[in-house]
Amino acid sequence: MKVLVSVKRVVDYNVKVRVKSDGSGVDIANVKMSMNPFDEIAIEEAVRLKEKGIVTEIIAVSCGVTQCQETLRTAMAIGADRGILVETAVELQPLAVAKLLKALVEKEQPGLIILGKQAIDDDCNQTGQMLAALADLPQGTFASKVEIVDGKANITREVDGGSETVSLTLPAVVTTDLRLNEPRYVTLPNIMKAKKKQLDVLTPEALGVDVTPHIKTLKVVEPPKRSAGIKVPDVATLIAKLKNEAKVI
Amino acid sequence: MTSLVIAEHDNASVKGATLNTVTAALKCGGDVHVLVAGNQAAAAAAAAAQIAGVAKVLHAEGDGFTHGLAENVAAQVLAVAANYSHILFAATASGKNIAPRVAAKLDVGQISDITKVDSPDTFERPIYAGNAIATVQSQDATKVLTVRTTGFDPAAATGGSAAVEVLTAVGASAKATFVGSEIAKNDRPELTAAKIIVSGGRALGSSEKFMDVMTPLADKLGAALGASRAAVDAGYAPNDWQVGQTGKIVAPQLYIAAGISGAIQHLAGMKDSKVIVAINKDPEAPIFSVADYGLEADLFVAVPELTAAL
Repeated sequence: MKVLVSVKRVVDYNVKVRVKSDGSGVDIANVKMSMNPFDEIAIEEAVRLKEKGIVTEIIAVSCGVTQCQETLRTAMAIGADRGILVETAVELQPLAVAKLLKALVEKEQPGLIILGKQAIDDDCNQTGQMLAALADLPQGTFASKVEIVDGKANITREVDGGSETVSLTLPAVVTTDLRLNEPRYVTLPNIMKAKKKQLDVLTPEALGVDVTPHIKTLKVVEPPKRSAGIKVPDVATLIAKLKNEAKVI
Repeated sequence: MTSLVIAEHDNASVKGATLNTVTAALKCGGDVHVLVAGNQAAAAAAAAAQIAGVAKVLHAEGDGFTHGLAENVAAQVLAVAANYSHILFAATASGKNIAPRVAAKLDVGQISDITKVDSPDTFERPIYAGNAIATVQSQDATKVLTVRTTGFDPAAATGGSAAVEVLTAVGASAKATFVGSEIAKNDRPELTAAKIIVSGGRALGSSEKFMDVMTPLADKLGAALGASRAAVDAGYAPNDWQVGQTGKIVAPQLYIAAGISGAIQHLAGMKDSKVIVAINKDPEAPIFSVADYGLEADLFVAVPELTAAL
């Protein structure tokens, strides 16, 4: 079974982004970029399924600018067999990415598609579900456990108040939650090996997909600052403040 | 212009998040209808009809809706979507699961986690874990939105008297089936609806100590229990207690953070709380920069002392 995994190049999670003074967006010039952490978990899960003998080939896909090739090389260093970059300079929104992935799903016919549940830049949490809908596939979102048994995927999902398990016919779409696995560190030999792996570059036009944005960003501002309050010397003062000043207990 | 709110419910009653979503829908202008897709959910539909401001309730009954599977609920929403200018879901695990399927099938962009309605087509939403607020405008005829409940006051649960219209239910998908669930049963308030939250961090050191120290305080205050990602990752607290960018977004009246340093991802999930109390022995902990009341102390001393004094 083939697995398709999508990976997004985002501002590294350790970077505290700054809003541009003209309100046009956040400043990502000269900022460290990395693979979206949830996508790293997605690749790791695919590699584990391959190590179990369930998966035969892992295809990593990234959509965006030329530099996404670096993200694909990281995916291949973790263990993806080959990469596909759908290259465009257009700002890609989740609907456009879902359409691009659907075109690739039709082309590659994977049995499973694994995506991160959300990207840590736009925090949308949409692409996997959109892909599932467009490709008419079942979905197991926010997965904390993935089991492939008898041609079905049993997905344990994190939901409000606990977890639930759904059984999906294959092919299916899975999106990863934080505790699905802990991605391995990439080793130098694997980074070297990844450089020799196949990486194809396509365009949205070649896939016949219109990637025009549907949502226009009018402005981006800093959130209202919450000012620091006071330090209290002891528990008694704290309780007095909560009772008499804040009136919350 | 009419908005459709997809109710989150357990077939017997409507969940609180739906009330906040109704408020967001009312701000979009026009009438507000609520869809209750369930199995033996007449009580939930009747409850939805009581919500102040709701003009009509659509009630669909089907086996496929018992557990709210996204494939089936999305299909039901799509069956009536043509009648609506706005389709709104609460930004909960359930809403996030279903909404993008609806948007994709309608070929419209979805706007996630709105915190404010500026106009019928313009909304505000946090990006980069709440480090920036984007004002975005939909270019589509139908707006599909998920609503961050902390951004909107709940609509009154009673006072309305909407008519309930029964819909023909769509068939269930054969591709996805519900196997089972493990929902923690307890008497505590739900994290996202709680008035007071007591939250613990990695400093607790173990799951036993987490329960020994934090639970009595939560019991005393009738509070929900939360945790930082570090504490959850370390196994000190269950997954669904996680407060933060990728966990629950909360805004209680009182948030007590004990032994939580205040990573940006955690602050993103709780900084809209009305009053924040931080208990931490590290004077430099970033949590103090957002706390209304900071207590520089060892939580193993301060929390039991607090519990005893309440």
